[in-house]
Parts: sequence; structure tokens; C-alpha cells
Amino acid sequence: MKPPTELEAPVAENPAEGIDQSAGDFTYDVKYDYDAGAGLTENTVRYISDVKKEEPWILEFRLKALQTFLDKPMPTHWATKDLNNIDFDKIRYYLSQGQAPKRTWDEVPDDIKKTFERLGIPEQERKFLAGVEAQFDSEAAYSNIKEIVAKEGVIFMGSTEALREHPEIFKKWFGKVIPTSDNKFSALNSAVFSGGSFIYVPPGVKVSQPLQAYFRINAENFGQFERTLIIVDEGAEVTYMEGCTAPKFSTATLHSAVVELVAMKNAKIQYITVQNWAANVYNLVTKRGLAHEGAEIKWIDCNIGSRLTMKYPGVVLKGEGARGEVISIALANDGQHQDTGAKMIHAANNTTSTVISKSISVGQGRSTYRGVVHIPKHLKGCKNNTECDALLINSNSRTDTYPAITVRGNDHAVQHEASVSKVSEEMIFYMQQRGLSEAQAMSLAVNGFVNDLVAQFPMEYSVELKRLIDLEMEGSVG
Amino acid sequence: MSTSVSASPFTGLDAERFSMHLAQRSYLPAWWTAAKQEAWNEFTATPMPARNHENWRFANLGGLALDGFTVPEEHASLVPHLPNFPHAKEIIFSNRQVVGRTSLSRELAKQGVIFAPLDEALRDHPDLVRRYFQQHPVNLGSEKFIALNIAFTASGTFLYVPKGVKVDLPFVVQHTITGDKQSIFPHTIVALEDEAEATLVEFFVSGDKLAHLASGVNDLHAGQNAKLTYVGAQNWSHETLSFQANSLTAQRDARITCLNIHLGGRQARHESHSRLQGPGAHCDMLALTVAKENQEFDQRTLQSHQAPHTTSDLLYKNALLDKAKTIFSGLIVVDPDAQQTDAYQTNRNLLLSDEAESNSLPGLEIQANDVKCSHGATSGRVPEEQLFYLTSRGIDPKKAHELIVFGFFEEVLNKLENEHLHAVLSDLIQSKFKK
Repeated sequence: MKPPTELEAPVAENPAEGIDQSAGDFTYDVKYDYDAGAGLTENTVRYISDVKKEEPWILEFRLKALQTFLDKPMPTHWATKDLNNIDFDKIRYYLSQGQAPKRTWDEVPDDIKKTFERLGIPEQERKFLAGVEAQFDSEAAYSNIKEIVAKEGVIFMGSTEALREHPEIFKKWFGKVIPTSDNKFSALNSAVFSGGSFIYVPPGVKVSQPLQAYFRINAENFGQFERTLIIVDEGAEVTYMEGCTAPKFSTATLHSAVVELVAMKNAKIQYITVQNWAANVYNLVTKRGLAHEGAEIKWIDCNIGSRLTMKYPGVVLKGEGARGEVISIALANDGQHQDTGAKMIHAANNTTSTVISKSISVGQGRSTYRGVVHIPKHLKGCKNNTECDALLINSNSRTDTYPAITVRGNDHAVQHEASVSKVSEEMIFYMQQRGLSEAQAMSLAVNGFVNDLVAQFPMEYSVELKRLIDLEMEGSVG
Repeated sequence: MSTSVSASPFTGLDAERFSMHLAQRSYLPAWWTAAKQEAWNEFTATPMPARNHENWRFANLGGLALDGFTVPEEHASLVPHLPNFPHAKEIIFSNRQVVGRTSLSRELAKQGVIFAPLDEALRDHPDLVRRYFQQHPVNLGSEKFIALNIAFTASGTFLYVPKGVKVDLPFVVQHTITGDKQSIFPHTIVALEDEAEATLVEFFVSGDKLAHLASGVNDLHAGQNAKLTYVGAQNWSHETLSFQANSLTAQRDARITCLNIHLGGRQARHESHSRLQGPGAHCDMLALTVAKENQEFDQRTLQSHQAPHTTSDLLYKNALLDKAKTIFSGLIVVDPDAQQTDAYQTNRNLLLSDEAESNSLPGLEIQANDVKCSHGATSGRVPEEQLFYLTSRGIDPKKAHELIVFGFFEEVLNKLENEHLHAVLSDLIQSKFKK
């Protein structure tokens, strides 16, 4: 193992300060024990499956998915042309230093531990989390859950481990919410997935503190394909948070996750993402939840950074009275395209859904809202409310909104409202009169714009998000 | 004027028919013939809309087949009844021929107003027509059908209002189709010079239950500070396949109001593209649709803000009964230098049946930051309280629904600011409920 290639920065006192933009932009020269090499062939898939010592059904699933991936054309329907710049032959599909995650930070290899210390993860774990999993490139480096939570029967571990230890629960729901063939990138993930989280919450158990996963890309030209599966049984509740960073490389990095949530009768899942990918990351993620009778699934999705993000968390409202919600905040800076949104598929009577999306475009940044609301025939009493607001900071910023709403039947109420605005000059002027710089005033205005949404986050995350917004706004005005 | 030529009956929209169509119009300007030839080439080279075409999302592509439609022989048939309301002048087309026409008052003629069938205007004012013909084509997915229109256009209207001339009463055009599998291709050009004002109302009618094909194109221009009102009221037979493309351009401080009423047709596609080209330009885009039985109405709109300080307001309302289906796909595009744009877009769907389906795709593409843009879409049922209020006063539930739909539409009709026209259009909409 080589020593770190750059000077170590002190670990931040405040966890929020630990996860800022510049703090994510460093890399260690790690020696990988397992490396599938560049490019994707059947051998790559076999290599990954072999290293992970998987059961035959998983290899079979992967190989079938590989074929689906190869057969499926790139999405051209409405997708941005930038997708064509992804070179699948240059990407490295699996890198790890061994697949068994450690239970204490002391056991985690030094270089990886330092990465997470710089990002403030162990600090946050001590303070307010029920459990943490930290993934470094392809595998979890650390995974732990508080004893008191584990005692209640809650399972929280990496997908690699869970496939070995709980195949019966895993197999039942795996690929059921998002089929392999859903889109080209869900097929890619299904072929080469590694890492990600597995959570099972037994009936009636309400996990009071959030479980957290942290995804870190360290290597250049790397593709991270985590697979997350969360099953919350009848009447149970959980909040799961994920954070993501990657250093800046001159070459493109691909992050293509598949996240499946299953909320059984009257269960509640809250899934929070705060991502701050570097500007070279293609972030192409498929996320969907299945809400049974009376269940509630809420996605809180904050997208900062990346070169291109295409992500539309969805809820399939399968049981009567189910509720789905997506709260989405996107900040697109120069050279970035945040193509985000939500899908609400109503499939039972009296289901309700809410989408609130706020985007901010800075400089030449481009933000896009894309949404689907679908109410098929012969349902009764479904409701959807969608609100999209875009804030444009500079005269050459850009925003697009493309919702698609299909309603059948006469017993539903569906409403979509969107607006575009800019930060008012008077507001900036007044703040400057009170001694703030223009950038500070702009940060404050942007924070005000997203404030009502951020207020719904757990405290630590709202602090982090505000700080990320401040950093993004620095030097971006003019 | 169109000429009567007896030829063997057409059996399809093929190269032979097209050659014959051109041959019958050898007296028209060469540029026009060339444009038609080019359009024919484009029509044959353009594939039919395919499933992966974003501009045709949710549409029934199977219903678009043009097989078997013919271009009618140009014979006069029954003169349809034109709604009675005060208007300036009228032209009535049956199939492709002018069957009724009042002449322009001496006063308007003296002022230089031209209101004539397109073939006549092409003969008498070729350069003027050329200045406005397809200067700003609509590009929202129906290019193939627009090309077909240009290739076969015979019934068309040209309205020209010179600088500063204001005409109070509306000009009226009626298009009718008779005969099974017949098709018509009307093309309307309205050119208002600077400071001019005029209203054109077009009625599209086919009373029988036969299958027809109608493909219309409008080029509507409002010069600086001009005021243009256009109403298109479509009430084709329930077996008609209809395409209509409206191109609207507004120069500095011009005001355009464009209302389209959609009642008839088996499958009707309407595209409307407004371009705000000079500061202070404003466009109101309005539509009312009553969709019944298995009808499909597909409406695509684009509001292009190409200059600063421009405003546009779109309000499309659909009432859906039975198994009917509507698609609204609208887009507001604000160019990078179109600062101080004020643009709105609203689609409201009233679902009156369990089986009706509304699709709404309201879109925004904003590239300037000092703008006010918003869009909204709602789909819902008749408010219970309103229904209860009416039925508790002894009104039959069916009638109550009708009244509520009228209340829903009233907001749009009021924007016309013409009570006679308002009454005529209300009657027309009401007739749809009686069918």
C-alpha cells in the first residue's frame, strides 16, 4: 500500500463542514486486490461473480442482464446527447481491496479510513446515526449497526453480504420493483452490481435514528454500480440517508445505481440523498419504491455536482391509500446538467402523491425537471399535486420543465404548477446595503428559495445542504 | 378562382393525382408550383410518425393512415348554412370549390383590403402572397401532413389588411366536405400590416357520417402594433381525420388572439406555434374542446419568445366524455436575449366520464433569467358542490353537467370580446351535447 499522494487535511470538527465540495476532491493511490480491468465482457461479469463467490442464480441473473444491456440502444427518446460521450470500454467495472466490510473503523485499511475521516463519517456515526455503511469504490469498507437496533431484528448490511446471509429475503424482492430491462442503465447495473445497502425492518419496528450509507468513488475511470434494496415490513418505519462524493478527474466516471424500496402495509420509508459528485461524474440512477396498502414512501433527493445527473425517483402506489412523495432540490453550476424529476404511478384507489421540485441554475448550468404522473382507468379517488419552481441566477442559465400527466376517469384530482423566477435585484441590493457581499447575498437568497424544503430534513443534513449551497454559490455570481 | 375540370375520379393521394393537380393549375405562378413540387417531394420522403417520436407521445399512430382518401372532383355541392351573425365578408368552400361569396365593400376595397380565395390572390397578387406564404413553418411533428397540404392546396383564403386599416366586423370563411373518403387541404394566409386590425373566423363542417381527411395550414401575421383575431371552429363529422397547423407571428407591440374550438373528427391533431418577434408583442392562445365517444384530440403548442418584453398566455380547456382522449403538449421557449418575458400556459381538463383519458405535457425551456414563466395543468371531475347546487334546484343531472361545462368554457369565450361571435360559438358547442 502506498502512502497518500497529498497532504492530509485535518478532520473537520463539524460533520457538515467535512462534506464540502473541496473536501471531496482528493484521492489516494490505493492498491486494489481485485480489479476486473477496463471494458465490459462476459468475462468481466464472471470475474465479479467469482470474486464475490456468488450462487449460480446470481451469475445467471447477471449474464442475462448483460445481454439486455448490450441489446438495448442508448436512450435517445429525450435524453441528452452527452450520454454518447460515455466510453463503456474504458470504464473499470470492479475494484476492491477485499469484500468483507469491517465492523470497527480501526480494522478499515488506513488509506480508506483516512478518506472517510476527511469526509467526517465516523464523527457523524457517533453523533446521530443508528448505523453506517461506507462503500469505497465497489465494496463496503465499513458496515455497522447499533446493537440496540440490531436487537430488534433490523438487518443493515452491504448487498454483497446480504446476498450470502439472507438470500431468502433478498431473492424475493430483488429486481421486482425495477426490472432489469427497465432502461439501459438498470440493465448495466444488474450485470455488474456490487455494494449498496440491504435493509430489512421487521413488522412494527420503528427505527428512530437514520441509517446511513456513504458512497465514495476513489479510482479514475471507474464505474460504481451499487444496488440497494430496502424492505420495511408491516407497520415498520425507517429513514435511510445516503451521501456521495468523488474526486475530480479529467476523465469521466460513471455512477449507475439501482435502488429498490418495498414498503409493506402501513410501513413508512424516508430515503434521503445528498450527493455532491465531482463535475466529471455521469450519475445515471434508477430509483423506485413500491408502496403497499396504507404505506408511505418519501424520497428527498438533493443533487449538487456531477456532469450529468439523470434521476427520477418514483413510487408505484400499489395498495389502497398508499402515499408517495418526492422532494427534489437540484443545483446546476457551470458545465453541469441536472436532469431530475419524479414518477408517480397510481395503481390503487385513494392513493395520493406529491412532488415538489426546486432547481437552481448558476452560470451556464442547466436544470431540467422531467416528471410522470399516471392514473390508469377504473381507479377512484386518486390525487396528485406537483409543484416545480426554478431559480435562474445568471442571464445565461437555463431551465426546462417537461411533466407528463395521464389521467383516466372522472374521480381524481391532479394539479401541476410550475414557475420560473430570478433572484430579485432589490433583495440583493438590500442585503448588500447591510454589508453582505454579492455572493453572500445570492447564497442567502438561494437558501431562502429552498428553505421550506430543507426544513423537512434531519437537522444535520439541512446544515450540510445549506453549506453546500454556499460553496456552490461562491464566485458564481456576475 | 378554382376551375372545374372533369377528370377521372381520383382514387388516392399518389404521384399521378399530384401531377394532375398541378396540371390543372398551370396558370398559377411558377414559384407556387415549385413550392408544391417541393412539398410533394417532402411528403413522399417523410416517414409516418413513429412510436419513439417525442412529438407524438401518447398519440394513436394507427389512426393516421392516409390510405384510400381521395382528392375530390371540383364540383359544387350543397351550399352549407353559415351561422348568422354580423360579419364583413364571407367565402364558402364546398370540397375544393368556392360555392358562396359576398364581395368586398367599395370602401374596404378602396383602402386596399384583399379578401379572396387563395388561387385568385395568387393570380392577382402573387408577390404579396409570396411574402407571407410559409415564412415561418410550424415544426411540431406534423411536417408530413403540412407538406401534403401544400402539395394539394386548392381551397385557401388570403386576407390582407394594409397599414393602419381597421376592420371591425369579422371576415368569415367556411369549409365543408361532402362525399365518402374525400379530402380537403385549406390554406389560410392572414397578413395585417402595421397598425391594422381585423378578425377572421373559419368554420369547418361536414354534416354527414362519412370518412373525410382534412389537412389545414394557417400563416397568420400581425405587423407592428397590429391587432389580429383568429377563430377556427372545427365541427367535422365523427369519422374525419383532421390535421391543422397554425403559425402565428407578432411584430413589435402586435396583439394576436387565436381561439380554436374542437368538436368533430375521429382523430384531430392541432399544432399551433406562436412567435413573439418584437418587443411588446403579445399572443393569446386559446382552445376549447368537447371530446366524446372515441374521439382523440391531440394538441401541440409552442410559444417562442424571440425578443425582450414579450408576453403570451395560453389557455386550453378540454371537456371529456365517454371514452374520449385528449393530449395537450405545450412548450414555452424563451430565447437567451428575450429578457422580461412574461409567459403562461394552462391546460385544464374536465373529466366527465370514468373512461375518458387526458394527457398533459406542459413544458418550459427557459434560457433567460429575468422572466416570469409558469405553466399549470389540472385534471379533475365536475365539482360535487356545483352539481349538487344545480340538481337540488330541480335541474336534470345531464343538463347540470352541460351547464357546468359551459361555465368552464365561459372564461375562454369571454376573451373574444365579441358578443355575437360568443353566441354563435356557444350554440355550436351546445349542438355537440345534443348530438
